[in-house]
Amino acid sequence: MSGRRIDGAGSWLDRSLPLAFSFDGREIPAFAGDTVAGALLASGERGGFVSPIVGRPRGVYAAGVEEPNAFVEISTPWFEPIRPATMVNVVDGLAVHARAGVGVLPATPVEPRPARHVHRHVETLVIGGGASGRAAATIAEGRVLVVEEQPVVMDPPPNAVTLTSTTATGIYDDGYVLCYQRVGGLDVFHHVRAERVVLAAGAHERPLAFAGNDRPGVMLASAARAYFERYGVLVGERIVVFSTNHGGHDAAEALASAGAEVVVVDPATQPGPATERLRAAGVEVRLNARVVATDGDAALTGVTVSAADGQRTTLPADVLAVSGGWNPATQLARSLGVGLRYDEGKTCFVHDGSGPEWLTVVGRAAGNVPASFALWVVDDGDDRDKYVELQRDQTVADVAEAVAGGLTDAEHVKRATYIGTTIDQGRTSGVLTAEIVNRLLGWAPGAQGPTNARPPYTPVPFSALAGPDSGPILLDPIRVTPMDAWHDVHGAVYETVGQWKRPRYFPRGDEDMDAAVARETRALRTGVAVLDASTLGKIDVRGPDAGVFLDQMYTNRMSNVKVGSIRYGFMLGLDGMVFDDGVAMRIADDHYVCTTTTGGAAAVMDRFEEWLQTEWTDLRVYCTSVTEQWAVVAVGGPRARDVVQAAGTDADLSHDAVPFMTFRDATVAGVPARICRISFTGELSYELHVSPWHAQHVWDAVMAAGEPFGITPYGTEAMHVLRAEKGYVIVGQETDGTQTPDDLGMSWIVNTAKGDFVGKRSLVRSDMLREDRKQLVGVLTDDPARVLVEGTQLIADATIPEPPAHMLGWVTSSYRSEALGRSIALAVVEAGRGRVGAEIHAVVGETTVPCRVADPVFYDPEGTRRDG
Amino acid sequence: MLLIRCPWCGDRDEIEFKYGGQAHLAYPADPEALSDPEWADFLFMRDNPKGEWSERWMHAAGCRRWFNAVRDTATHRMIATYRMGEGPPA
Repeated sequence: MSGRRIDGAGSWLDRSLPLAFSFDGREIPAFAGDTVAGALLASGERGGFVSPIVGRPRGVYAAGVEEPNAFVEISTPWFEPIRPATMVNVVDGLAVHARAGVGVLPATPVEPRPARHVHRHVETLVIGGGASGRAAATIAEGRVLVVEEQPVVMDPPPNAVTLTSTTATGIYDDGYVLCYQRVGGLDVFHHVRAERVVLAAGAHERPLAFAGNDRPGVMLASAARAYFERYGVLVGERIVVFSTNHGGHDAAEALASAGAEVVVVDPATQPGPATERLRAAGVEVRLNARVVATDGDAALTGVTVSAADGQRTTLPADVLAVSGGWNPATQLARSLGVGLRYDEGKTCFVHDGSGPEWLTVVGRAAGNVPASFALWVVDDGDDRDKYVELQRDQTVADVAEAVAGGLTDAEHVKRATYIGTTIDQGRTSGVLTAEIVNRLLGWAPGAQGPTNARPPYTPVPFSALAGPDSGPILLDPIRVTPMDAWHDVHGAVYETVGQWKRPRYFPRGDEDMDAAVARETRALRTGVAVLDASTLGKIDVRGPDAGVFLDQMYTNRMSNVKVGSIRYGFMLGLDGMVFDDGVAMRIADDHYVCTTTTGGAAAVMDRFEEWLQTEWTDLRVYCTSVTEQWAVVAVGGPRARDVVQAAGTDADLSHDAVPFMTFRDATVAGVPARICRISFTGELSYELHVSPWHAQHVWDAVMAAGEPFGITPYGTEAMHVLRAEKGYVIVGQETDGTQTPDDLGMSWIVNTAKGDFVGKRSLVRSDMLREDRKQLVGVLTDDPARVLVEGTQLIADATIPEPPAHMLGWVTSSYRSEALGRSIALAVVEAGRGRVGAEIHAVVGETTVPCRVADPVFYDPEGTRRDG
Repeated sequence: MLLIRCPWCGDRDEIEFKYGGQAHLAYPADPEALSDPEWADFLFMRDNPKGEWSERWMHAAGCRRWFNAVRDTATHRMIATYRMGEGPPA
């Protein structure tokens, strides 16, 4: 290759702005408007590109996104692991390095290119800024947007917004199109919603499979022409053009006019209109001929041409430009499910006219491409030298091997050979491969087309997709309670519950979690402890029919809860399985506040709304999510009453005044508070529901009032241990969507007398009445020091039987209990309640651990402690 | 991404909506009167046509209202949307 600049040529160049860039450490001259590939060719540089699989030398092959050979890493002024050299515009200070089709991430993380997202709404979106696209844009009405993947649009339509260096990466339903724009060092992702989409993406030239077709110096004829017309680069002095169509012939004419010595090799038997024109321009045209071999070491020096009579001639050449026909760029439409049909005269697949009414395909993308002589593979020569997929180093012989192995579908051949799984997504190889398969099977050309196309049309960096939605705040919002700053200052170790950050435990000194949890649970059982329970989901339910509605949603009756009282209930799915749990507090006849699990709040709210809006539309009920309008300070332990009293309240906290499962609206520490007697630990407990604005104040007041009693803040881990000691289930831990209330030993919570409720009918399905259903039980290891891992499988015998072993169930919760001085576990076990007292074995690796089935209530089974 | 016409808010992107499965499945007036197979049929069995079918959506990131839609399952085209309690447009 001996490329050079031609004075005055190159419509995309600004010769007044000379630039230079670093390529593998060498300085390469360029002009504004150049690409890395163009500037390399202008300097006569092959670039040292090699193929990724077998390391064969390769040269620049294309002038656009279909480039399969020339890839670079950009290291300055930003980092990108791999881009086609044909799509990298030279900017000041650019430094790139050749890459063999595979990017390498640096050992230390680098900043991605910054990315923005933009939403656009237009009447017409035109994809492609070529002649057809511009014509379509010019006659379009309303807001018109034109996107063009190349950096230049000649004569942009005055009625349109034109974005260059912008690729439509996918067309989706109802005119939704994603467009990826590169503006220097910035990525912009456009979410376009268009009433009408015009696909004018052009066509990609197809290469031919002949021996030696991967040698540096072989390139697409359209690329050789583009380098001259866009960048003023004549890629060689002696150019052989192997062309089946007048598109390739036109390229030959342009290259001859630029000063190259051009020979056209045309497989057609008869001269066409282009033949005479070329000959008149002094171009030698060899009809009924084929290229059968190429010569040269790392670079092309000669091309061997076979005539019809089999006579071979070797022509000196530094570039072999190939044109085997044109593939309309229908990929974006095909990913919508649009069909293709084979056009015999053009030897390509064209849009069959199907598709949504808002999509129009025009120009070359619609099949307006030159007729072509039907040639895909040149018979002469060794099939192992005829490359089909340059980026995967796959040849005609490799395709033949896949077909010989029994594969007949292009999709299967793709997966066997990896053809088309490359950065260029099979632009040069896809149709060629399908035709080779058709040929090998003795099928007619076009019997099957190329493999399906999917978005994105060209590779898109993840950083561009993420755009500004990155970092801890926007990627997944973090929710914290009003007391979070206090927790943080006091050394809380957090756990994530849904989006909430909750203190898991508050270590003192060098305590580990076990030590901290032992101390925190001991404090609650013997003195007083405090939990931030603000994350509980809360739904305000109002309206004259609120009670009737809640009777439908919960397993037990909520309509007869007295004002000032609280009732615990389950919500079931229609299938009868436990969905969520919580309490309903009756504030007034027509007003309840329902609590949900921390993780279930949104789902419960959604369910309430769904039933109200779609089924019981006559019920006068209004639901409002108030999770963040109520912060909760849960004070628990034998001294809880003393502490709340000491914090200052106008309420009578005696048991008779505020019995278990009731609440009083009063003041605590001078601010309004709803004082609720609810206990998730089995101890005397006051949940103080307060405004989030007052939450820190109340927390501080409780901490100060509790100091003489040794008040201890505790986290979710201690809460889990405390409730497990009492056998209280956590929905989502003891349940996995296959547990009924009875499975959990809680049939008392189901009121079958009150009429229908969601899930009721399912509870009497035959499967629900089986006696071998898994039931919640306690499991105690024989060795009290042994703490089983949650999820441990349970079997009947001490020896693990041959598989398939019969599993009786599994451990759902497991802790060391400070109160009991031993380990405890909850489990779901087949017919478990009938096994209480029996032995059972936990499978741990290859051995078993002996255990006994127990009642799930380990601590204070009489419930004497909850009233203090 | 579908463009869905919320009967209350107008045309919005699909990401604003939550899908709700087959529409016009009335909750039985007296579930207890149904046999196990009849109840299972209501609970689990849904139509799966190629072509037009009615489905429910909820405008989760907007007005949070449920509504019904007729969509062509083969082309994804939204043929109509209408409010709860209304029948599909003729």
